[in-house]
Amino acid sequence: MASSDRYEDVVRTRNAEKFAEFDRGKKSVWSRFHDALHSTPALVPLIVLLAACIIFGLVLGSKFFSPFALTLILQQVQIVGVLAAAQALIILTAGIDLSVGAIAVLCSVIMGQVSFRYGVPAGLAVPIGLACGTAIGAANGWLVSRLRLPPFIVTLGMWQIVLAVNYLYSANETIRAQDIETSAPFLQFLGTKFTLGGAVFTLGVVLMLLVVLVLAYVLRSTAWGRHVYAVGDDPEAAQLAGVDRHKTLMSVYMVVGFICGLAGWVMIGRFGSVSPSATTGVIGNIQAITAVVIGGISLFGGRGSIVGAFFGALIVGVFELGLRMAGADPQWTYLLIGVLIIAAVTVDQWIRKVTA
Amino acid sequence: MTTPVLEARGLVKRYGKVTALDHCDFDLRPGEILAVIGDNGAGKSTLIKALSGAVIPDGGEILLDGKPVAFTSPNDARAQGIETVYQTLAMSPALSIADNMFMGRELRMPGVMGKVFRKLDRKRMEEFSREKLAELGLMTIQNINQTVETLSGGQRQGVAVARAAAFGSRVVILDEPTAALGVKESRRVLELIQSVRSRGIPIILISHNMPHVFEVADRIHIHRLGKRLCVIDPKAHSMSDAVAYMTGAAVPEGHLEPA
Repeated sequence: MASSDRYEDVVRTRNAEKFAEFDRGKKSVWSRFHDALHSTPALVPLIVLLAACIIFGLVLGSKFFSPFALTLILQQVQIVGVLAAAQALIILTAGIDLSVGAIAVLCSVIMGQVSFRYGVPAGLAVPIGLACGTAIGAANGWLVSRLRLPPFIVTLGMWQIVLAVNYLYSANETIRAQDIETSAPFLQFLGTKFTLGGAVFTLGVVLMLLVVLVLAYVLRSTAWGRHVYAVGDDPEAAQLAGVDRHKTLMSVYMVVGFICGLAGWVMIGRFGSVSPSATTGVIGNIQAITAVVIGGISLFGGRGSIVGAFFGALIVGVFELGLRMAGADPQWTYLLIGVLIIAAVTVDQWIRKVTA
Repeated sequence: MTTPVLEARGLVKRYGKVTALDHCDFDLRPGEILAVIGDNGAGKSTLIKALSGAVIPDGGEILLDGKPVAFTSPNDARAQGIETVYQTLAMSPALSIADNMFMGRELRMPGVMGKVFRKLDRKRMEEFSREKLAELGLMTIQNINQTVETLSGGQRQGVAVARAAAFGSRVVILDEPTAALGVKESRRVLELIQSVRSRGIPIILISHNMPHVFEVADRIHIHRLGKRLCVIDPKAHSMSDAVAYMTGAAVPEGHLEPA
């Protein structure tokens, strides 16, 4: 090498400087708070949830802070809570699922029709419904992962298809609660109530909590969970690093279909009847997305936690019940939720900024 | 002569009417740093992708330690101990250093927790990551659970090199490791490359930066028009020679492959 080529030697001789250290010295309280939010994204919705509870508690007093009222919130959010858990999984992979509510309704209809039209025992009808949900999820996953279609488009189409199949298959007939009670009570199993010191729980609420806890564990502490985050963060990088993108996406969409099936079962428990025209089919997707966004999960994928989505669903429930108890016009609920959604995304953008 | 660690004979790869690899040969000897240089479009990326399993060649064969191998995916090559540091680094910014080090080959807890509940062994993965980063003299680590996005460009490159070095038992391939870095950070990465080599692992270095190539390489493979034009010794040739060969301004004289 000619001596004129050695123009970088000057840098080499001054090697004492440090330029690859992690130590970043002392930080202000504010930036430490930022760091905490950055590493624990569920903190923001938790703070909002506690604040909302305190405000409503101060305004409404013991009427709101009774075990009955607080558990009523849980009962009211059980369907949206389960759907939000499913939605959160999809959004973590940088997708979106508009068909969650429709799948839930179709699954509840399948569970009902299979046992009433074909006389299948309810203990078998439920797994059949769950399997159908998983299959629809698999169809979504295949279209998104193999054909590489945008999730928004795939699930927008699937939403319409599933809703239409739901009406066609059920002939728009509702199965009455009394009929289910007498001939297939297992379908209403998740509606079973039990009290715990004045607080009324249903098995549906327990199931919702279980779904959230299991998903939180799986996403945090298993390789599959890490792969879900990696694929949502940067699919190309994940693929090169040795993650099977297709397998991960397929499994996510299938699990989501299965959870939507569970939501359908929760619906039968909650309403008692099986109705193909349940509003969940039409607005369930938006409710779930609302909960997820308020829960601090980034729509760009790879960031946020399932617990946050659960807090998001609870926040909506607290607002609905609190404002109703305060005698406010229900439109105030929608207005405040709208404000929360925009605020949540603003906070998300701020959190994503890395501390320098 | 010793058997090359990684060898390619007559590799062919066509994309439609374009021939990216035209009966290309390649040799990597034990313990050396082999630089691969060539003008844009010469086919060096395709060659590297074929060696790392990302591209399946249409013809020719690849030999690892003298035995023919056929890679159908990067995971195949990885299973054989060939690790690649891609130009994009292939890291997930929102995940921690330890998560990224073990992406796709996570360790599970021993016993029931790992087998039934599939729980990751965080502690073991963190310890291993910290050890590997320290081994390369990379950094004094404050927090191995820091997300990769909070690192500087040089630190990210360092983590990517450490990942490759930790798992690449046979060959480490580096694609443009200094292209996106500043002068000082490049220095650090070059030192890293040398410390990987000092542990006996041969390295393939793809770079456009002639001073870097001439500084660390033991031999330089010059790629032109889809095949190996020649292999030169950086001590016997100047940078202008290399550039001239690579662009076709001059034709290398004598025997093309010094012993």
